[in-house]
Amino acid sequence: MSPAHAALAAGTAKSNKPQPGEILVDVKGLRMYFPITSGVLISRVVAHVKAVDGISFHIRKGETLGLVGESGCGKTTTGRCILQLEKATEGQILFEGQDLTKLTQKEMSPIREKIQVIFQDPYSSLNPRMKIGEIIGEPMKVHGIITDSAKRDRRIAELLSLCGLDPKFSDRYPHEMSGGQRQRVGIARALAVNPEFIICDEAVSALDVSIQAQVINLLEDLRDEFGLTYLFISHDLSVVRHLCHRVAVMYLGKMVELADCDELYDNPIHPYTRALLAAVPIPDPVIEAKRKHEVVKGEVPSPINPPRGCVFHPRCTLAVDSCSKAIPEFREIKPGHWVACTEV
Amino acid sequence: MATLLEIENLKTQFFTSAGTVRAVDGISYTVDEGETVALVGESGCGKSVSALSILRLIPWPPGKIVEGQIRFAGTDLLTLSDDEIRNVRGKDISMVFQEPMTSLNPVLSIEQQLTETLTTHFPVSPEEAEKRAIELLDMVGISDPERRLKQYPHHFSGGMRQRVMIAMALACQPKLIIADEPTTALDVTIQAQILELMKDLTKRLGVALIIITHNLGVVARYADRVNVMYAGKIIEEGTAADIYHRPQHPYTLALLKSVPRMDRPRQAKLDPVEGQPPDLTMLDDGCPFRPRCRYRVERCNEAFPPLESVGGNHLSACWEKAVLKQAIKEVS
Repeated sequence: MSPAHAALAAGTAKSNKPQPGEILVDVKGLRMYFPITSGVLISRVVAHVKAVDGISFHIRKGETLGLVGESGCGKTTTGRCILQLEKATEGQILFEGQDLTKLTQKEMSPIREKIQVIFQDPYSSLNPRMKIGEIIGEPMKVHGIITDSAKRDRRIAELLSLCGLDPKFSDRYPHEMSGGQRQRVGIARALAVNPEFIICDEAVSALDVSIQAQVINLLEDLRDEFGLTYLFISHDLSVVRHLCHRVAVMYLGKMVELADCDELYDNPIHPYTRALLAAVPIPDPVIEAKRKHEVVKGEVPSPINPPRGCVFHPRCTLAVDSCSKAIPEFREIKPGHWVACTEV
Repeated sequence: MATLLEIENLKTQFFTSAGTVRAVDGISYTVDEGETVALVGESGCGKSVSALSILRLIPWPPGKIVEGQIRFAGTDLLTLSDDEIRNVRGKDISMVFQEPMTSLNPVLSIEQQLTETLTTHFPVSPEEAEKRAIELLDMVGISDPERRLKQYPHHFSGGMRQRVMIAMALACQPKLIIADEPTTALDVTIQAQILELMKDLTKRLGVALIIITHNLGVVARYADRVNVMYAGKIIEEGTAADIYHRPQHPYTLALLKSVPRMDRPRQAKLDPVEGQPPDLTMLDDGCPFRPRCRYRVERCNEAFPPLESVGGNHLSACWEKAVLKQAIKEVS
């Protein structure tokens, strides 16, 4: 091992074993179809974008579930459905046993305190005309958590320092801060209502690597300190491996594989997962020189008119005739390891 | 291999109301014929500006190349007239940009955009240009090139547009291609396709490539030599193996430690570079990395260290390189 390697490998290894807690979020048969309309005066639906097409998963308390896949696979839409920012076409979203899809706006309001979101783009997810203190204080005001303004200011200062920012930042505007600092503000805002469950939608993707590591560590510290549950939506497979207990892989609106984190990375089964993992370059020229670079052919088809049968079959190396006919069942081939493929 | 491009003490600055931004602050490096050289660094470190400077694409005002030389095949590009540099752009040196969605003209067909470079630089007939365009599309792996040639950019996906960009870059058989974050906007499986294509074509056609990226994995897979930039300066230079296995600058070391890796046991905690990159309007004479550096000493405040050899062609700009070397040795 070269010296630098030894230096790099310093730090104890950690295992991301699944958490045993009770089920907090349970998504069953979720479908989200966006209608495409045509016509100026009399608009009629001509087709549907099948953004999410029948997926099921659960998240236990204290667990971090990674949701990975490429652009347009439906991972963000899944998050938005859980948040009730989209009305799901079909399926159930149970949060603490309560089906969110059945609730009215008013009934949903107290639950919004418990479910928060951190968005990808720290530049567009903060209101440029509000001071940082107002941004973080707003959710507390809306939910009536802290009505006394002096107490609220103290809590804002506390949240800022918790997220690694100087409490003096509360008088500044978003444009005075860097991307990493803004993302910390986004995290502080999510924490303001003491949530149980946070959806991180590409929360670190827009950040530079040195800053990204700071924010990942912050998310981890907060999870451990407050026992938070995360749905971590990302396209970065290395970050997901570092943070998540279990990982689900999506492709064109469908879930193709779901397993414990180490199991998925050590024994990927679905051809798409394997292709995805092989495509990630590793920062080591020696390893890269030895690795086989099998590039998956073609591009992701349109979700308006997805391929019949298995959605991945046109790009799949294992595809046989039956793949273009029947939709493969999402089956458990090992305890906790689910795959939607008939040929493995 | 003969040296193709030689950049010496290049300084590009932007004169803004907030002060002078020293975006590129005295960098020197070379690119040999047929070689792939990477410029790595985080946002705002000056990697894109240094690439745009090569083709003199810095908009004035507010930007200006204030000092330095850029010798390409013997001529200093900075002394050329506007007409002369226009003859270099797209012909001897071409560029592939990051955003495949915005770098093609939406109202011109692919054919018009592909043949424009050809007819600008060579006395070819429209028929010949079209034939060459079909050949190029075929070369970059676009099926049914005759039909695709007549289409418009919105008919193409992101990955396909980037293939068109590469075809345009290759049209005049350039000696050097500058690729500025060519795959950052693409998904990983498409990224792999595009990078393999670029590697394959540059090797086959003997074109030199400057690849600008923030992705350390991409660099490891594709670059022969690597320049690491921080706050407008090159702080370390070496082969990919030097940079990844024997990093000799605190910033490079910190950068490598801060990325989670799929091929290693999971670390309990990532080891981030603390603090923020500096404000480029407020740089002083000292080392710009010193506020974030674990090895800083008094001397770092006074002057920026020279980029010196730490063994062969492996260069590092750090006053404490001996201490750093020792520290790395001790850990092992």
